[in-house]
Amino acid sequence: MLRLPPFRYLAPVTIEQAAAMLAGEGEQAMLVAGGTDLYPNMKRRQFTPPVLIGLRGIAALKSIDGSPEQSMRIGAGVTLTTLAEHPLIQQHYPALATAAAAVSTPQLRNAGTIGGNVLLDTRCNYYNQTEFWRHSIGYCMKKDGDICLVAPGSPRCWAISSADTAPVLVTLDAQVRLVSVRGERVIPVRQLFQDDGMHPYTKTADEILTEILLPPADGWRSAYIGSFDFPILGVAAALRVAADGSVANARLTLGAVASHPVEVHDAVARLVGQHPTPQLLEEVASLAAKRAKPLDNADLTINYRKQVTPVYIRRALHELLEV
Amino acid sequence: MKTRQTARNEQGHAYTYIGNPLPKVDAYAKVTGRALYADDIMLPRMLYGRLLRSPHPHARILSIDIRQALELPGVLAVITGEDLPQKFGILPSSQDEYALAREKVRYVGDPVAAVAALDPDILDEAIRLIKVEYEVLPALMSIDEALAHPDIKINDEARIGNIHKAVSYEFGEVDAGFAQADYVREDWFYYEGNNHAPIEAHACVANWEPMPTDPVGGKLTLWSSTQTPHYVHREVSKVLGLPQSHVRVIAPHVGGGFGGKSDPFSHEICACELSRRTGRPVKITCTREEVFLLHRGRHPVKMWIKTGVKRDGTLTAMHFRSFLDGGAYGSYGIATTYYTGALQTVTYTLPCYKFEGMRLFTNKPPCGPKRGHGTTQPRYAVEVHLDKIAHDLGLDPVEFRRRNLIEPYTHTINGLRITTCALGPCLDQVVARSHWNEFHSAQAMTSLSSNGHVADTAISPPPSHSRGGGGVDEGRGPLRSPSAGLGLPEGNAASIKRGMGIAASSYICGAGKPIYWNDLPHSAVQIRLDRGGGVTVYCGATDIGQGSTSILAYIVAEELGVQPGHIHLETADTTLTPVDLGSYSSRVTFMAGNAAIAAALKLKGQLFEAVSAQLLVPEERLRAENGVIYDEDDPGTSLSFIQAVQLAEARYGALVASGSYAPPEGIHGDYKGAGVGPSPAYSYSACVAQVAVDVETGEVVVEKLWLAHDVGQSINPLLVAGQVEGGAYMGYGEAVMEQQIFRKGRHKIPSLLDYKLPTTLDTPEIETILVEIPDREGPFGGKEAGQGPLNPVIPAIANAVYDAVGVRIDETPITADKLRAEVTPARWAPRPQVMPSEAPSPWPTRLIKWQPEEKGVR
Repeated sequence: MLRLPPFRYLAPVTIEQAAAMLAGEGEQAMLVAGGTDLYPNMKRRQFTPPVLIGLRGIAALKSIDGSPEQSMRIGAGVTLTTLAEHPLIQQHYPALATAAAAVSTPQLRNAGTIGGNVLLDTRCNYYNQTEFWRHSIGYCMKKDGDICLVAPGSPRCWAISSADTAPVLVTLDAQVRLVSVRGERVIPVRQLFQDDGMHPYTKTADEILTEILLPPADGWRSAYIGSFDFPILGVAAALRVAADGSVANARLTLGAVASHPVEVHDAVARLVGQHPTPQLLEEVASLAAKRAKPLDNADLTINYRKQVTPVYIRRALHELLEV
Repeated sequence: MKTRQTARNEQGHAYTYIGNPLPKVDAYAKVTGRALYADDIMLPRMLYGRLLRSPHPHARILSIDIRQALELPGVLAVITGEDLPQKFGILPSSQDEYALAREKVRYVGDPVAAVAALDPDILDEAIRLIKVEYEVLPALMSIDEALAHPDIKINDEARIGNIHKAVSYEFGEVDAGFAQADYVREDWFYYEGNNHAPIEAHACVANWEPMPTDPVGGKLTLWSSTQTPHYVHREVSKVLGLPQSHVRVIAPHVGGGFGGKSDPFSHEICACELSRRTGRPVKITCTREEVFLLHRGRHPVKMWIKTGVKRDGTLTAMHFRSFLDGGAYGSYGIATTYYTGALQTVTYTLPCYKFEGMRLFTNKPPCGPKRGHGTTQPRYAVEVHLDKIAHDLGLDPVEFRRRNLIEPYTHTINGLRITTCALGPCLDQVVARSHWNEFHSAQAMTSLSSNGHVADTAISPPPSHSRGGGGVDEGRGPLRSPSAGLGLPEGNAASIKRGMGIAASSYICGAGKPIYWNDLPHSAVQIRLDRGGGVTVYCGATDIGQGSTSILAYIVAEELGVQPGHIHLETADTTLTPVDLGSYSSRVTFMAGNAAIAAALKLKGQLFEAVSAQLLVPEERLRAENGVIYDEDDPGTSLSFIQAVQLAEARYGALVASGSYAPPEGIHGDYKGAGVGPSPAYSYSACVAQVAVDVETGEVVVEKLWLAHDVGQSINPLLVAGQVEGGAYMGYGEAVMEQQIFRKGRHKIPSLLDYKLPTTLDTPEIETILVEIPDREGPFGGKEAGQGPLNPVIPAIANAVYDAVGVRIDETPITADKLRAEVTPARWAPRPQVMPSEAPSPWPTRLIKWQPEEKGVR
């Protein structure tokens, strides 16, 4: 069995305490909630933080409040199981419940949190390996090395955003609250992400993601197609249908195709104002799929992942529209 | 569960325990976490050890500097290849391993040095401080690279280039056989390698106890998660230069083996040497990555088959070639090479047969035996190849197989003795229970009423394929999501096609020859009765989860008429227990079971003599049951088991008896190499698989497996069903998920997260059917169940995929990407999926021609 590196563990019970500890311990400290992503990474020495600040003792992070008519607030410490089983989420934000239920296995969903899933470290099968393996192949720029082993000619890291819930939250137009000793801010979740495998989040080192805010459901339908393991493709779609049956609004976000969730605007714009037909959905899917540019750093072949992208986009749209 | 008839012995008495679904004797201990596995063992003053492994697939070691590591506080010993200069290997003919590499490393993971320290947290740093200078050499990573570069020599065991072993046989007159054929077909197949993935990672604890007055200096005990303590005993003694009398190897509870714990391993030998040097116990527990690296898994095999067949489906000749990717060392590979050819003749009657096999060294973790050892790959190839022939000729695939079934009580063309064979009933069972005929009638109707395809994605089947591509496509509920791929949403019924495929197989019930040639028993059991009525059974057999310890208990309980829970069991301890060769080749129930019967019958004889004299009842009328020995004609005339033991002990002295088993003579031919393949009996299995394929995404979901197994007589049907289901699950994983991929010389995904194995969620419904026709030589008529049932599952799934979508993937695993590429119309002429390998011509070994003598041969 791989062993954890040594670390100190701090256990705040309020957000304020946690923010103070985070500011006080400096940039080397890390936050941990469920630990289902961080601890395996620590065992493989992707991270060796001297201090962990555990968020599981903070009651304020563990509730889901509000209503789909007004807006809903999901504490960052809510487990994926709780989220997936929440009746209001299931009914009014079904894509989010589906995505939460798609993460890993029941045991890990019982421990893993929505905040942790949103802030999942980007993944790559040159990076998510043991110290021995990475030493053997010569390390990559994301940890201990200088180059990207997937695309050695590239100046950047291509690790993949693999969180199932991230593309869904973007598609739902969610916001997140970030708290630090300096104060707090609420930003659209899409601004939390950036297309950089090494630094995939805009959150500063002293900020804590405390909650996720969902806008009123307001007639939006949503669907997510992902997978059992870390997704090799995630498709999140949300749209609203007008009284005449035409598409009033539509949003589409792809997961696991880049270092951040990729929003597809141009393709779905074609849906708006239209009465959906199978042909139209096919066109939209094909166009949207062009945004997926997989590299050889996840399961199955690049070609395959490219080829099935439009199929899954079309299927996600079909789940939302009767054509 | 099917209704069962109570099994009876030859006298017509119903068995008390045999054939009954009893719990395993160690079930409670395992379920409650009390059972001790090797890593659970903690001894006072114990040190922790770890191996430094090569980061390069092929390199020369220029220097190793251990000084800094030795100076690290907490480090007590560091050893390198110079400290263990004795070569070893599981086969006497492949002594090509050092516990720690000398001069060269041959794969990423090849052990180079070993450290022992006070605390496991020191080991990281200690390993880092060992400085090894390498000269990197070119690495050969596939069968074809190894064939193409004879100048780059990986392992000196190879006499020509990188060819570790080449064999060539002709049984009967093959040219004449092909001349009689109305139709001849050739195919290439590739079977991907894979790991056993036992849930318990390999672990061991070694304890050297010094004894200055002993000229040897002390005694060594090794607890190890091994399937073969006897062979580990021999090899550890050899490498450490200790007499076997001073080495004790114990297998505690073992958390799964599947063949992966059958070799002597570097970590075992190093733990022993580190313990001897430090005078303290040393534990080494492998990580999951190390399990992938020490490997000994399924050989990747490329195969070419040519078969001749008459118009009515009678097989006239087969020529089979195998190319095995052996990895860096020999392991069991010579035996594996033979096994890829030896059993082709055991399932269907072949009037003549030619086999050429070749194992190549490559710079990958060494391959070895995995469940189905060397027979799984050819079984896949042959059963798919025969399915193709059936379709080519318009023959019903079931009838085609039935026409060629081996006859019971015959010898094969390569000289193997066949006893019982219930493959016919197995085929009948899976065909009936899967509603095979109804399924295909419905499929044919669908094909007539529509073209049976989704308009723009599926290809039309070739005209000669009478059934292929006519998949039944009405939705039967959503597909379940396989962990290997994307989730399938509901409501895609239009793109889902279903198919059914069938396959059959056979497997040995124990290797007819031991690994080192000798005339000694293959298994022995001692039983001791004490005057308090205690029964203790001693046997070297190693329970790796399959239930061999429980089997000993049921058998002895049945013979002595006591309850299984009454019996103490001492197993897998080279000091306490008589030799059993190990848990491999599906041999334990058959061989240890017969040895246990022999031992129990001796004691029963003594008990009956004593009771007969006391009760004045003739021995023939005595029965032992439920702790009582009684007169069958007058059950009231009886003595308790304890009274009987005391009477017998007074009469004969301490009651100890042993029984042993060796396979009979005359079960194989007299040519060189005839030692691989013979067995005292063969089990038979048949499988029907039903699959659903999403033609848009290529995803395959195996919906159900029907698996009928000819087990002779189940000793415990629960355990047999468990073995059959385990085989089905493992075969399913190999068919659609598992692959041992290498990238840049490294195993691409050595973790259970990324290496795709089926989970409970993925595993299809399995309907197990036990066919029980007792074998004359098996214990109570029993045959094996541990390995055989895996073999037909993989080709049944492959054939079902073809039945669903009219496309063949001639390699494993059948993954979504491969299938989609074939189902989607190609823009250019399709190239063969499996490119032929260029073999040296002539085949680089002397052809052995052998004809069976008239006697006993069809």
